[in-house]
Amino acid sequence: MAIVFEKTKGLTDADLHYCPGCTHGIIHRIVAESLVELDILEKSVIICPVGCSVMAYDYFTCDAIEAPHGRAPAVATGVKRALPDNFVFTYQGDGDLAAIGTAETVHAATRGENITVIFVNNTIYGMTGGQMAPTSLPGQVTQTTPYGRNPKEAGYPVKVCEMLSTLDGVAFAQRVSVDTPKNINEAKKAIKKAFKAQLDKKGFSIIEVLSTCPTNWGMTPIDALERLRTEMMPYYPLGVYKDRTEEGVF
Amino acid sequence: MAEKFLMKGNEALGEAAIRSGCKHFFGYPITPQTELSAYMAKQMPKINGTFLQAESEIAAANMVLGAASAGVRAMTSSSSPGISLKSEAVSYIAGSDLPCLIVNVMRGGPGLGGIQPSQADYWQATKALGHGDYQLLVYAPASVQEMVDLVGKAFDTADKYRMPAMILADGMLGQMMEPVAFPDKIEPEDLPKKEWATTGTKGEREHNIVNSLYLKPEILEKMVVERFKRYETVKQNEVMVEEYLTEDADIITVAYGASARVTRSAVNMAREKGIKVGMIRPITLWPFPEKTISATADKVNKMLVVEMSMGQMVEDVKLAVNGKCDVEFYGRTGGIIPKPREVFEQIELLAK
Amino acid sequence: MSMDIIIAGFGGQGILFAGKMIAYCGMLEEKYVSWLPSYGPEMRGGTASCSVCVDEKNPIGCPMVSEPKLLMAMNLPSFNKYINDVAADGYVVYDSALINAEVERKDLKVYAIPATNMAMENGLKGLANIILLGQAIKAAGFTTLDSMIDAITKSIPAKKAHLLEPNIKALKMGYEY
Repeated sequence: MAIVFEKTKGLTDADLHYCPGCTHGIIHRIVAESLVELDILEKSVIICPVGCSVMAYDYFTCDAIEAPHGRAPAVATGVKRALPDNFVFTYQGDGDLAAIGTAETVHAATRGENITVIFVNNTIYGMTGGQMAPTSLPGQVTQTTPYGRNPKEAGYPVKVCEMLSTLDGVAFAQRVSVDTPKNINEAKKAIKKAFKAQLDKKGFSIIEVLSTCPTNWGMTPIDALERLRTEMMPYYPLGVYKDRTEEGVF
Repeated sequence: MAEKFLMKGNEALGEAAIRSGCKHFFGYPITPQTELSAYMAKQMPKINGTFLQAESEIAAANMVLGAASAGVRAMTSSSSPGISLKSEAVSYIAGSDLPCLIVNVMRGGPGLGGIQPSQADYWQATKALGHGDYQLLVYAPASVQEMVDLVGKAFDTADKYRMPAMILADGMLGQMMEPVAFPDKIEPEDLPKKEWATTGTKGEREHNIVNSLYLKPEILEKMVVERFKRYETVKQNEVMVEEYLTEDADIITVAYGASARVTRSAVNMAREKGIKVGMIRPITLWPFPEKTISATADKVNKMLVVEMSMGQMVEDVKLAVNGKCDVEFYGRTGGIIPKPREVFEQIELLAK
Repeated sequence: MSMDIIIAGFGGQGILFAGKMIAYCGMLEEKYVSWLPSYGPEMRGGTASCSVCVDEKNPIGCPMVSEPKLLMAMNLPSFNKYINDVAADGYVVYDSALINAEVERKDLKVYAIPATNMAMENGLKGLANIILLGQAIKAAGFTTLDSMIDAITKSIPAKKAHLLEPNIKALKMGYEY
């Protein structure tokens, strides 16, 4: 009998520890599939963050490094400078990338560091149990904004793709979502384009993936996807924010 | 004889690192170590290496983590306040069993402190550079030539035991010039292949994971205990210490790095006055030469520990002496280098 | 013999360079040497000083000189700062064009030389430090004139070869003063 579908070789057989309805699983899969389809799995090094995806090193079949909180772009820089012909990418959440690791993110981007960042934005700190993230929306209730995020107290959310797209070192920045099969296909296409940019040595590339956290949002998975569409997408519009994949950044 | 160069300590460190096969340097400017970064910025492009001025000390140390994971010899350098920032990455590096070299050209603290030479980071280097149960190899050169010699030693030993190494120097050693000779190429000893490095599986092996996270306490305990077994081997094999005029001495001074230079002068002055005094100079601060000090404590009545701090190494000396003789302390801090005469006067007091 | 030296003056007078030349010369003679500068903000326009140790027989202990056997001073603040630190029977060589002072101590060998004026008058602008160095060699005898000429010759890179002659001229002028 012909095999019509197979689990990607990019992922191990380990059981994912993510909560039911969390979109990390989907993102892992499309990232892993992209590595296999571009035939770069065997030369890939993933830099894992601190946060829910801290143990991604157990799930991806490529070589992996677990970085300190927020430092994945710096660690990736070290790997890439030592091994310029390998494929190096980070996988980071919103707290890791846009709060504690803002400096590392911005400077890797502005250096045009030839790495790729997969940025999972679910507007909350998941692993520690649902605190305000740099991307939490105004009014969003979290453990540390129990009355809703008040920008006057807690400031405004960080719009990562918009911010990074102002930097000359960024070759590609796109915001995608994994709420529907169509958007998942779009997201995978974007990831492959970002990966390709690195393979062609075009500079820094980042894919921001809007994602859900049903557990800490206190919602069913279906309601969570609905929130992603109705609340997150208006604040974080999908689209390409920077594309210099033809000419490169240098 | 190899050609001699008159070179600043900071620059000699850089040249020695390059000759030890280090092609990846990640730094951040801070006085009084900046000449090292500047030297690397100039030399690395010539050998197709990496010099990168990072956005912060934190990032620089994490870049070292990345490069070390990739299996290359990597280093970073800073001075005291910057080392505090690097401590996060150093803890991860130790917890991930990665070799690398960190240089601390110490200045006065705490806080922003000052920019003049100090030895007030002894505790930080030997006990608590970052969280968790771990050790660094800590080398304390006392001359520009020794800075050169210890860089190669530090890289080799770090590779051998898969642990980070530190050169603990200070503003005086970093800024001063002395004649140095470089071995043509410092050949690494027979070192194990870095089969753990994250260089890509090439489809030939299971994936390598560089990691310090172990959520199950039983496993984390096992990892730490195994690491400490390795540390025991290090303690057996890697201690370096110099004894100066200790043979017939009644009084022993203990000092390292810059303060050992001062103390050496003071010992010479005291010898001219007929006082039988010698010096033990720890070259490795971790592992600490406790056996030498303990054995010496059996033979003398008094030891004098001299440091450019309020007294940090003196605690390790007391532990090694274990009550077998008196241990006195003399120190200056805040960036003051004690004068040989001040130390001589302390020796004289003990001799009475 | 051994010689502990402090050289001090304003930034820009070539204080550190004069010190380096003494250390370099000693190294070529296969003596033990060390050179330690003052560092920090004072390097940028304020006072500059360095410690140099030369020893024929023994490794250098403390490279920071606190009781110099030779003080070379090129401005009044430095002169005042260090004059009482000079070891008994020590040497003081100073630029009398810039320092208007009397040495009250009777236990010192004092050499006043108007180095800055001599430099100006002989088209050797910026080489008062080397003139002073020439005088210091003659006074304290820690090396020979020929050795220092050799050291200066070896230390000046090919692309700055035009600086060699004025430097040697300045050195000799100081030595012969």
